[in-house]
Amino acid sequence: MLVYEKNSLSEEIELLIERFGKDRVALLPILQIIEKRHNYISEFAQQEVARLLDIHPVEVYSVVSFYNFLHRYPQGKNIVRLCKTISCDMAGKQEIEKALKRELGINFDETTRDKKWTLEYTSCLGMCDQGPAMLVNDKIYTKLDPETAVKILNDTK
Amino acid sequence: MENNFKKTKREGVVIFSPYESGSSIKKALEIGRENILFEVRESKMKGRGGAGFPTATKWMLVAASRADKKYMICNADEGEPGTFKDRVLLTEYPALVFDGMVVGGYTIGSEIGILYLRGEYIFMLEELEDFLQSMRKQNLLGKNILGKEGFNFDIAIRLGSGAYVCGEETALIESLEGHRGEPRNRPPYPVNTGYMGYPTVVNNVETLASIPQIITKGADWFKAHGTDKSTGSKLFSVSGDCEKPGVYELPWGTSLNELVEIVGATNTKAIQVGGASGICIPKSQFDRKLSYEDASTGGSIMIFNQSRKMLKVLKNFMEFFVEESCGQCTPCRIGNIKLLEGVVKIEKGDYTFSYINSLKDLSKTMQVASKCGLGQSSPNPFISILENFKDEIFSSNGNGANHA
Ligand SMILES: Cc1cc2nc3c(=O)[nH]c(=O)nc-3n(C[C@H](O)[C@H](O)[C@H](O)COP(=O)(O)O)c2cc1C
Ligand code: SF4
Ligand code: FES
Repeated sequence: MLVYEKNSLSEEIELLIERFGKDRVALLPILQIIEKRHNYISEFAQQEVARLLDIHPVEVYSVVSFYNFLHRYPQGKNIVRLCKTISCDMAGKQEIEKALKRELGINFDETTRDKKWTLEYTSCLGMCDQGPAMLVNDKIYTKLDPETAVKILNDTK
Repeated sequence: MENNFKKTKREGVVIFSPYESGSSIKKALEIGRENILFEVRESKMKGRGGAGFPTATKWMLVAASRADKKYMICNADEGEPGTFKDRVLLTEYPALVFDGMVVGGYTIGSEIGILYLRGEYIFMLEELEDFLQSMRKQNLLGKNILGKEGFNFDIAIRLGSGAYVCGEETALIESLEGHRGEPRNRPPYPVNTGYMGYPTVVNNVETLASIPQIITKGADWFKAHGTDKSTGSKLFSVSGDCEKPGVYELPWGTSLNELVEIVGATNTKAIQVGGASGICIPKSQFDRKLSYEDASTGGSIMIFNQSRKMLKVLKNFMEFFVEESCGQCTPCRIGNIKLLEGVVKIEKGDYTFSYINSLKDLSKTMQVASKCGLGQSSPNPFISILENFKDEIFSSNGNGANHA
């Protein structure tokens, strides 16, 4: 990371702490925003959050590593999360799975080279009456078929 | 294809019955804490989040405790596979949920409400925030609510980050406090030592959404539905092999036979009641009734027709638990991996019955020795599917007939 990038990240985290308070309870909301903006939480970001919240960096690391939606390594700009739980599976998840892999040219738990897309599985999204379902960033899409799934990717670009 | 989760009109005897936004808050402030507690106790309302703890008891414990601060938390982490009724309540009936929190807050003497919303539901955040804002404008939130001197209450929304175990109330509190979502030892219970160490009520979305109806229409009206031990109605999230999946409000005591009729399920082989951590009930037992005392569920109903392979269903559930175990205690962390291994071996035909029996023993150990409900109930599908579908799974060709 370049020096000016580090400085701007530090500044960004300081602003977040101003907004959420210098308090342990602010940790998760702060990490959620960093993840959203940068598509991961770098080691440097973790250290800065720890320093500014006055807690040990290991504490931040252990929180980041616990939650599925927080990442320690760079993810794609867009994250596609396909539900793999049984109701969606029965509704035709496998076909969507194939279509997504084919379209993006990657496997699940991988990121495209241009860092635009990451494919992940997720547990039940609470859309089981309308499966197969997937989450693309913050948005949920339901009743997918291979064609609509690919169209959603294209529309998201 | 997208975001068509809103239905215009729903029907139901309790929750989906007509309700005027704010009316229960008004009534609650008129009748006072004692009478609210009386009404909720009389209704015999039990928690809808799965554990079925009497709501009035929980509220009384916190109402009676002396503390500088108390918290009213709504558990909207809805992550049990096959459950989506809280999604419907939050998107279509936010007034019921939030009014329930305000009434609860008033009753227990809390000024701060927190809605813990699963990260997957971030798509509803903006609308929920707008709704809270409109409540503030109507003085249903804020200072001296509806002119009641000294009753201040507001609600903040906090997001989860993709961890099923955070639905467990102590893990949820850990998460809110900025920690890993690892369940705590209980006792102490949140009613004594909850969020930030203060007395805290954690209630499911549906529990809270029932409160305004009980307050405005009365315990007797509520109790007129359901069974003696399971009063009122329940929202069932129905998915799988049926014509009309969706959320249904039905009185407690409805039998599985009635249910398959209502949702248009034909050629049904089995129903998983209570999600991945629930039990799998074969067709021969469809006279069983949905209730706390018989087939208990937080609402998840997954229907499997004759074409489904039950071992595949079981494998999907065990994969879920291996993934979602927080790893804090050994019976659950190792146990679920062992059970999944067992399923894979059965799939391959690579097992002996003494091995299967040792896994059943392991299941029993997990049920008693795990620290929280996840590990205590994750063996449920393993036990009930292997027991109820043994003919299918251990069929004579020796490899579980699941190679098809
Ligand atoms: C692994 C696990 C996950 C849970 N998930 C939820 C959940 O998503 N929503 C919920 O209301 N309760 C959930 N619970 C139950 C809560 O711990 C708690 O009992 C409930 O929120 C209390 O609310 P109630 O009394 O209104 O039912 C879960 C429990 C366990 C063990
Ligand atoms: S039972 Fe499982 S989820 Fe619960 S505390 Fe133990 S390891 Fe964690
Ligand atoms: S099983 Fe896929 S959303 Fe519930």
